[in-house]
Amino acid sequence: MLAWTIYSSFLGVLVLMLLPKGNASAARKVAMLTAVMGLLVALAGFMQFKAGEIVTVADVDWIPTLGIRYHLAADGISLTLVLLTGLAAVAGILFSWNIEHRANEFFAFYLTLIGGVYGVFLSFDVFLLFVFYELAIIPKYFLIAIWGSTRKEYGAMKLALYSFVGSAMVLIGLIAAYVKAGAHTMSIVELAKYPFPHDFQMWAFPLVFVGFAILAGLWPFHTWAPTGHVAAPTAASMLLAGVVMKLGAYGCLRVAMTLFPEGLEAWKYWIAVLAVIGIVYGAMVALVQKDFKFVIGYSSVSHMGFVLLGLVTLNTIGLSGAVLQMFSHGVIAGLLFAVVGRMVYERTHTRELSVLEGMNLAKAMPFAAVTFVIAGAASMGLPGFSGFVAELQVLIGAWKAFPTLAVITGGGIVIGVAYTLRAMQKAFFGEAERPLTPALSPSDGERENASQDGHHHAMDAISVPERIGAVMLIGVSLLIGLYPRLLLDVIVPSFNSPLFDWLRRGGAQ
Amino acid sequence: MSYLELLKLAAPETIVVITALVVLVIDLTSMRGMETRVRFVIGGMIASVGCLAAIMWMLVMPAHADALAGMLVIDPLTQLVKICLLGLTIFTVLISIESHFTAHVGEYLALILLATVGMMFLISAEDILMIFVSLELTSLPLYVLTAFNKRDVKSAEAALKYFLFGGMSAAFMLFGLSLIYGLSGSTNLGQIAAALAGKGLDPLLVVAIVMTVIGFGFKVAAVPFHLWAPDAYQGAPTPSAALIASGSKVASFFIFAKVMMLGFAGAEGSGAFRAFVPGWVPVIAVVAGLSMILGNLAAIVQSNVKRLLAYSAIAHAGYMLIAVLAHDQQAVASVIYYAVTYGLTTIGAFGVVAVVEQGAGDDRLPSFAGLSRRAPVVSLCMMIFMLSLAGIPPLAGFFGKFYVFAVAIKSGAPNLGLLWLVILALAMSAVSLYYYLQVLKQIYVAEGPNGTKATKASVPAQAVLAVLALGVVLLGCFPGWLVGLIESAVKPVTH
Repeated sequence: MLAWTIYSSFLGVLVLMLLPKGNASAARKVAMLTAVMGLLVALAGFMQFKAGEIVTVADVDWIPTLGIRYHLAADGISLTLVLLTGLAAVAGILFSWNIEHRANEFFAFYLTLIGGVYGVFLSFDVFLLFVFYELAIIPKYFLIAIWGSTRKEYGAMKLALYSFVGSAMVLIGLIAAYVKAGAHTMSIVELAKYPFPHDFQMWAFPLVFVGFAILAGLWPFHTWAPTGHVAAPTAASMLLAGVVMKLGAYGCLRVAMTLFPEGLEAWKYWIAVLAVIGIVYGAMVALVQKDFKFVIGYSSVSHMGFVLLGLVTLNTIGLSGAVLQMFSHGVIAGLLFAVVGRMVYERTHTRELSVLEGMNLAKAMPFAAVTFVIAGAASMGLPGFSGFVAELQVLIGAWKAFPTLAVITGGGIVIGVAYTLRAMQKAFFGEAERPLTPALSPSDGERENASQDGHHHAMDAISVPERIGAVMLIGVSLLIGLYPRLLLDVIVPSFNSPLFDWLRRGGAQ
Repeated sequence: MSYLELLKLAAPETIVVITALVVLVIDLTSMRGMETRVRFVIGGMIASVGCLAAIMWMLVMPAHADALAGMLVIDPLTQLVKICLLGLTIFTVLISIESHFTAHVGEYLALILLATVGMMFLISAEDILMIFVSLELTSLPLYVLTAFNKRDVKSAEAALKYFLFGGMSAAFMLFGLSLIYGLSGSTNLGQIAAALAGKGLDPLLVVAIVMTVIGFGFKVAAVPFHLWAPDAYQGAPTPSAALIASGSKVASFFIFAKVMMLGFAGAEGSGAFRAFVPGWVPVIAVVAGLSMILGNLAAIVQSNVKRLLAYSAIAHAGYMLIAVLAHDQQAVASVIYYAVTYGLTTIGAFGVVAVVEQGAGDDRLPSFAGLSRRAPVVSLCMMIFMLSLAGIPPLAGFFGKFYVFAVAIKSGAPNLGLLWLVILALAMSAVSLYYYLQVLKQIYVAEGPNGTKATKASVPAQAVLAVLALGVVLLGCFPGWLVGLIESAVKPVTH
């Protein structure tokens, strides 16, 4: 049944392509229906799931002569992320309710991306996983290049090329592993059992891990992320930070770490170092940004550092913390981008913090301000929100594995508080020195945006879809923050499956 | 062997030749006064029916024979490749129906069919004499087809370049083949291999190998024998370029692989990294590497789409050569899969170029600006073709690459000897995404010209492109079908 998350997304794309052009309202309704269907299917799958098992969704021969199978399955980790994808998809559409320009195409690309993401999370055959993984690259390019702002073509191309280079690295490693293991299966379960030679793992692991981690924003391969996020339209940056970066982290866990445990053992310290540099560096750079969206963009790099750090701790608490952080960051980053991109930027047409400072937005749009305060609190890791539970677990895991690094990471968290408060202060609670007028500051995307929605001369009230989306995301973050066992009960037993045998052997072989 | 039997074995070729003559005669006698478009439609229909008849013949009467010691080899593999080839010819004919660069419709279509006949003989040949004759039989019509746009001086220039390079490479090849004959005393590929076996790598054999590779390298447009390709693709009428890039590529690669694998069996050497052993594999490895690098890097700066496709063709020749290097059963299967899907994709891409050319008057990149708003179906097809060429799943181009690379790495197992070439290939295909996206950026992102000079694609043209695009998607989503067919055809042949 879970497979219908994928199929319904692509069916939605098909319907959107057949819809007559210029009927934006029909297009967004179709997209919404599709996304809600996906979310419902994901929820239903989540309800029925029994902790610790691996549910096979579909398993048929695909390319028999090469031993490639169409194998969809789900364990607790994939289900958590499928659920996140469903949420992010619905939220993204709610926050792009005002798209009028080429709406059919927008939602078609959007749903293609969603379908690809669902596919990655559900694939248990490396070939299939890779197919879905690359399928997700192209829609991102078009979403950013057509509907984006601020250097959109540059950001889009950079993102596409970084992703493609990463996936080329992954493909080299995968083909080599496939041939090494006898060239008769691509199944993750089968390949995980195969003892790859040590020398082979020593180069294959970093190749595949870094290939995936590029998409997860691993420092120093993160530079696509801020430019891509900033250039992307709101819904796309929500998806980009919310789920696409998770594709990378998920690939690291599901493929690189599962297939090459010896390589992992040898390289884990270096990856942890890079992850911690990412946490601290991302936070420090976010502290000095002038563009509101760049702050959030770099904060994503910082938060994804926690995911990667959690993964290489190799203890259950760190690993489950990493997965929880993927979910949590997906929700919170989505919310932050929604506030910045949709609520603030599309009404003020500027993201310059210095300009926003003079607008006293807390008065002009209290709902946005409240949402950002809550989202910011969640992002800082305030207890009660999902971010706290996740980052705490990662820190505990890191303390056990790399004590020195854990201390430095603590410093990163403090800087995280600082940049969030700074952005919050400047954007919403600045002194209203200037009268409240729509800013006419020069901005590349302004012209496009002005032509997209005809009402740029007055600051509209926050619309109903935006309110629904914000409440939904805040609610989810709170729910997980207050009762993390909801997800942890599903995630933790998954690490006991045969796939993670190396983990139970203490990470070493 | 009686002539009747021989004629029966060569029936598909005969059918195509007769079709060519019929098209020519009908066009010259009964369609003189008609509109060019009508003549193209009728002629094209006849040509397609003729090709279909040849395909049907092969499907209904599967034969297995080796006539006159390798002069005409009929087995499931050659039959399958010929069927694919005829399919590509049909699509080439269909995309030329809309064109109006010439009034000599009958001659044009007849030449396409005659070139196809040459390719069909080429596929069936296992004798170096026959191979040479068929290569010329293929090349001569292609030279004329390149020059067919008589109103455009570029077309003539392109043809002259193509012809001069072609003549030169034919001389090289003939020299190489004559050396082989001198060394082995036979013209049959199998007997050549048997005669050369155990003799070691004679210096004369090295010269013969290099000369032959030069000859074939020209046919498949591999670096450094590619110089004709960009000009020929750009100057030639679009459907002619499509034929050169698709059918001719398939046939040339098939025979290239056959000569190397059958004729030089035993003189492979090794192309493994830091473990080179002289033979034909390292020679081709160098050619493949150069083709991928130069083709992809040069394509980045092109502003003319046909020229861009030419450089991309050079790069793809490099990828296909990697499969030839692997020289085993699966390598043959993978090179056929790659060449056929590449052919389909590239015909589609040229078809879109032809549509744009008619609307905008030229084929520079800016002419594609805003195409998605003017012709959504054509644009979607172009997106599929470009992404398939870039190797994005789930399109045919991706699986082709995967198959070729997997086979190449496997052939060098357990040391993964050819991994260096595969790494190079994947690095270069990351580069290639850039220029394919440049085309798509014009189509989807850029704003079109303000004037209402709309590119109107007729319904049949759209239908042909849509069928091609659908084929690319289906072959990518369900590659198992074609791979299964090819692999089961390869098995009984190569033992």
